[in-house]
Amino acid sequence: MADTAEPVAVALDDATVAFRVAGDRVYTAVERASLSVAHGEFVAIVGPTGCGKSTLLNVAAGLLKPAAGSVKIFGQPLTGLNREAGYLFQADALFPWKTAIDNVAIGLDIKGAPREQALQRAQGWLTSVGLGAFANRYPHMLSGGQRKRVGLAQVLIRDPKILLMDEPFGPLDAQTRQIMGNLLLELWNADRKAVLFVTHDLEEAIALADRVVIMSAGPSARIIGDWRVPLPRPRDISEVRMEKQFHELHREIWSVLKDEVMKGYVQSTLSAEVG
Amino acid sequence: MSRLTLLFWQLMVAVVALSLWQFLATVPVFGRILLPPFFFSNPVDVASQIVKWFSSGVIWKHLMITLWESVLAFVIGSVGGVLVGFWFARQPRVAAVFDPYVKMVNALPRVVLAPIFTLWLGLGIWSKVALGVTLVFFIVFFNVYQGVKEVSQTVLDNGRMLGMSERQLTRHVYWPSALSWMFSSLHTAVGFAVVGAVVGEYLGSAAGLGYLIQQAEGVFDVAAVFAGMFVLSAFVILIDMVVTLVERRLLVWRPVAAESRG
Repeated sequence: MADTAEPVAVALDDATVAFRVAGDRVYTAVERASLSVAHGEFVAIVGPTGCGKSTLLNVAAGLLKPAAGSVKIFGQPLTGLNREAGYLFQADALFPWKTAIDNVAIGLDIKGAPREQALQRAQGWLTSVGLGAFANRYPHMLSGGQRKRVGLAQVLIRDPKILLMDEPFGPLDAQTRQIMGNLLLELWNADRKAVLFVTHDLEEAIALADRVVIMSAGPSARIIGDWRVPLPRPRDISEVRMEKQFHELHREIWSVLKDEVMKGYVQSTLSAEVG
Repeated sequence: MSRLTLLFWQLMVAVVALSLWQFLATVPVFGRILLPPFFFSNPVDVASQIVKWFSSGVIWKHLMITLWESVLAFVIGSVGGVLVGFWFARQPRVAAVFDPYVKMVNALPRVVLAPIFTLWLGLGIWSKVALGVTLVFFIVFFNVYQGVKEVSQTVLDNGRMLGMSERQLTRHVYWPSALSWMFSSLHTAVGFAVVGAVVGEYLGSAAGLGYLIQQAEGVFDVAAVFAGMFVLSAFVILIDMVVTLVERRLLVWRPVAAESRG
């Protein structure tokens, strides 16, 4: 597939996602969301808890089919799973019965790559994420942050053109998140994949992304804002937060997001279905 | 408590219990022997019976028979349980059709099957193996069935996003998961294999530990009954230690806290 012919990596057009709940009632998670991620662009989606951010990501991954609207990947309508995308999940998604290196190598193994070569490249990726010495550990022997690193290597070894990330650093502590954020930017800087990064943390979103997209509180969440982040690259996550531009942008976006967060909070205390 | 003091106290329990038994069985208290030897024997007699068995070597034949029956029951039951459990978990329709029958057979106390197995398979080892298999099979079957059905959705999605086909998912996700659940029921399954063998022997056989105990009971040789019970306990504990070793090797990838006993 030609990289340059079609600049839009992911294009959601009026995508609506609905789930059937309890008999014939229908719960609309996301309503008429339109979003595009250009080739090489880093887009962060921010929204209150339970607003359907992850749902939108699953649609882009092909794990969910939208009830209405279209999904295009490099201009092609998406049918089935998105083969151009790598997906970093929020929850632990490593194979617990495989060692770190086998977890990373699996993406090549299943393509039928020679074992020797797969292991060699997996070791290379483990080294790039700073876990060169942990190749033979099983996931449960690694810390939460280390598991995320392995997950990142597992996804990146396949060299996907699109990277989908669902609150990947959510469960980590604040310091580890910053370290992981910098690692992600460093790796991304090397070959600039299209990234769709879901988070509930506005600061993280601004620090990482080229564009920040805000979603309203669910149900029937919609995209209600789209900001360009003018901060120069390469960035350092912890330093960029000190800049004046960062604060101005944060204040601007937060004024919109705040109301939605409150709505989302009320929603989540009223209804058990939102989640 | 340090290991040594713990061991000391554990030994003390045995010493006190055995001394009390020996004392009450041989020394009259208020003019009466509280544990009449005919019903309770005494530790010295039991020990000498065990020594006699081992020094004359008769016990080995019985131990080997029981061991062999347990191993066969375990292997056949486990293989069957893994295959059927895996099949049912991957084919929900098949599982739904067979569900009431599986429940029915599992609800049946297996001991009542022993006479039928003896009728069908004779007094040799196979009737005992069959009894053990009916016990082991269901333990493994339910574990594997549940395990495969409850494979983490995230891990499955991850496999799919990494480009696995359904066959590769089976090989890299469902299958390891099924095996890990089988291994986590290992202790219970092995225990039941021994139970099947011994109960089968007890109900009708010509050799084995169950047979030994049953024969002794038949002639009111209480010392030999207790001796048989002690040998059986030691036998089960030894097997359990082997299982623990095997488990440690096979389940290295598992956090210790999550080890289930099934």
